[in-house]
Amino acid sequence: MSDARDDIITVGLLSEGTHDPGTPPAGIRRAPTGVDGLATEHLIVNMGPQHPSTHGVLRMLVELDGEEILNAEVTLGYLHRGIEKLAEHRRFDALGTLMDRGDYVSGIMGETAVALAVERLMEIEVPRRARWIRVMMAEINRIATHLLWYGTMGLDTGAMGPFLYAMRDRESLLDILEAVSGARMMFNYVRPGGVVADLPAGIDTKIREFCDAFDTYVEEHDAILSGNEIFQARLKGIGVIDAEKALAFGLTGPNLRASGVDFDLRKKRPYDAYDEMEFDVPLGSTGDAMDRFSVRMEEMRQSSRIIRQCIEGMPEGEHTAKVPKVLKPPAGEVYTSVESARGEVGIHLVTDGGTSPYRMHYHGPSLYALQALEDLMPGHLIADGVVMIGSTDIMLGEVDR
Amino acid sequence: MSPALATIVKLLSIIALMLTNGVFMIYLLRKVLGHLHIRLGPMHVGPHGLLQTMNDVIKLLTKEDLTPRIADKALFYLAPMIVFVPSFMAYLALPFSDTLKATSLETGLLFTFAALSVVPIGILLAGWSSGNKWGLLGGMRSAAMQIAYEVPLLLSVLPIVMISGTADLGGIVDAQAGTWLAVVPRWFITNPLLWPTFIIFVISSLIEANQTPFDMSEGESELVGGFGTDYSAMKFGLVYLSEFSNTFVISALGVTLFFGGWLVPWLPMSWYDAVPVLAPTVFILKTYLGIVLMWWIRGTYPRVRIDQLMDLGWKRLIPAALVMIVLTGVVDKLIVPLFTGAVS
Repeated sequence: MSDARDDIITVGLLSEGTHDPGTPPAGIRRAPTGVDGLATEHLIVNMGPQHPSTHGVLRMLVELDGEEILNAEVTLGYLHRGIEKLAEHRRFDALGTLMDRGDYVSGIMGETAVALAVERLMEIEVPRRARWIRVMMAEINRIATHLLWYGTMGLDTGAMGPFLYAMRDRESLLDILEAVSGARMMFNYVRPGGVVADLPAGIDTKIREFCDAFDTYVEEHDAILSGNEIFQARLKGIGVIDAEKALAFGLTGPNLRASGVDFDLRKKRPYDAYDEMEFDVPLGSTGDAMDRFSVRMEEMRQSSRIIRQCIEGMPEGEHTAKVPKVLKPPAGEVYTSVESARGEVGIHLVTDGGTSPYRMHYHGPSLYALQALEDLMPGHLIADGVVMIGSTDIMLGEVDR
Repeated sequence: MSPALATIVKLLSIIALMLTNGVFMIYLLRKVLGHLHIRLGPMHVGPHGLLQTMNDVIKLLTKEDLTPRIADKALFYLAPMIVFVPSFMAYLALPFSDTLKATSLETGLLFTFAALSVVPIGILLAGWSSGNKWGLLGGMRSAAMQIAYEVPLLLSVLPIVMISGTADLGGIVDAQAGTWLAVVPRWFITNPLLWPTFIIFVISSLIEANQTPFDMSEGESELVGGFGTDYSAMKFGLVYLSEFSNTFVISALGVTLFFGGWLVPWLPMSWYDAVPVLAPTVFILKTYLGIVLMWWIRGTYPRVRIDQLMDLGWKRLIPAALVMIVLTGVVDKLIVPLFTGAVS
């Protein structure tokens, strides 16, 4: 890094007027000299927080040579709400409300993670019906989440139509979620001990109708994007994460499975009623954006399969165990994790015997995917960068907490 | 009427056409995309949202006209004009009927393309002068794309000039009158020799009109707003209007070159004289049909990446267009005369 020459102007993410041009910071490339010996400059652009394709409020400093990304530096914290700290002042049955606001499009999974933690600490036996309801709601939520991802993936590549078709289907899912839990996004439905209310009458017909329609719609969704030659050309071979790299970055969920690693918490560490369900775990082979796309599309089909099983075999019984009004788990420590739509959502709970946790750590999969992005982007074009962000399906609510 | 007065009337009517066209096309675009996307489009201002665009025009006119502090002021103001004026000029040679056209140019086809090819210069200026990095990227993309598609676009119409023997748009329409074997209209689209040419033309014209598979100079998911990121109020309005106007001109060119312009198949020529509004109506209807087809693609397709577009332009479209020129020359000027006995 010491081959400084006078005729080369050094620019870099950290170099804007702050350091001696002779000593560029590590990892920053030098600006090339043009044909006439004129120095050309790299362009440093702020991608976000208001950029339309950063899926929320991600900010990336991107160093460009023309359209090629040389360096990307992710800046976090634009959506920080201090969820982990807030949790220290919430009762144990209210932790779910915070988790809803973490990954705010797949709230049921987050709620389940925290409920499982409290249940394990207090050794609560959850009734079988409650476990089945949780599975069903989680899978409904998973399809809703994946549909949002599918739509934005289309938008990221410039296709407007698929988004609105995905929203049509998501709307009926949100209707079902609302009918069951009373809310469209901030459910607060899964509580320690079970779920807050039993399924309303007639919901099974509604869900069955959805599944019947969705089995055709999902093929349409798949065909209109992955059947398109332009879309394939945009995704194939872009953002390749091989299995080794995926594990090194700590990726989980569809991003990891697209790299060919068979790891799904629903199979490997079954919680709730997943050990009673029949479903396949789709795996990718190369780990490029197209694999991540296909894995998620297949997951939607599998989720629909699980929802059908839940509807057909829903056991009778209580929807919640008998739990005290004020939850007071014994002093201790527990880690539980669930397979959310984006990967492993883990809750590390430390209690001191009081009515609120001593410390709650929220392990969200998107943060790890984001780190991988920083590594993937250099050498690709801006348009590919957008596809990479889209295909890893990051959720800034979960990254920033 | 004195010639000067006649010219002024013609120019004013073109401006009127361009503006009403723009307003109507924006409404139509919203409705077409809306219904393609299982929604309704504008519904609240006026019956079925008919007045929504008027509302938006008033909004654009009354909005604060922002100029970024670091923008190059002169160029920043000049750029929308450079975008707007050529797209206005491009109307001049369009034949709405046998008699209804602003001018009858021997080189009408070349003139229209020449006018349209000034637009990307304005876009580059707009992006560069606004002092916005995304704008700069958008402008640069537009300039780079221009070379990749203008060449095949121009080359793709040469076979038609060869077959019809004229570059006058009116003459090209006249060359498509009549029928093959008294059944198939002699439109150039029915000539199998020109089918590859037509495909090249459609692809290049989608790029020219900045429509979705090739709208990278705007590319909202990549470049925020592309060249227009920092434009607001009526300066933005002008750029926007010229984009719609270009779409109309491109579609009108396609209709003129391949679909017989204002001709209706099997209709005797005397009808056009008897009903003077017939030809312009047919021409505009055909043009709108072309526009809706373009928007259909726009509402469905993802966007091509910039290097893929360059590949397409340089490695596929340009060679293909050149081959088609040679092929058309050989078939039309050497082989066909052998059978028909006619020596041209």
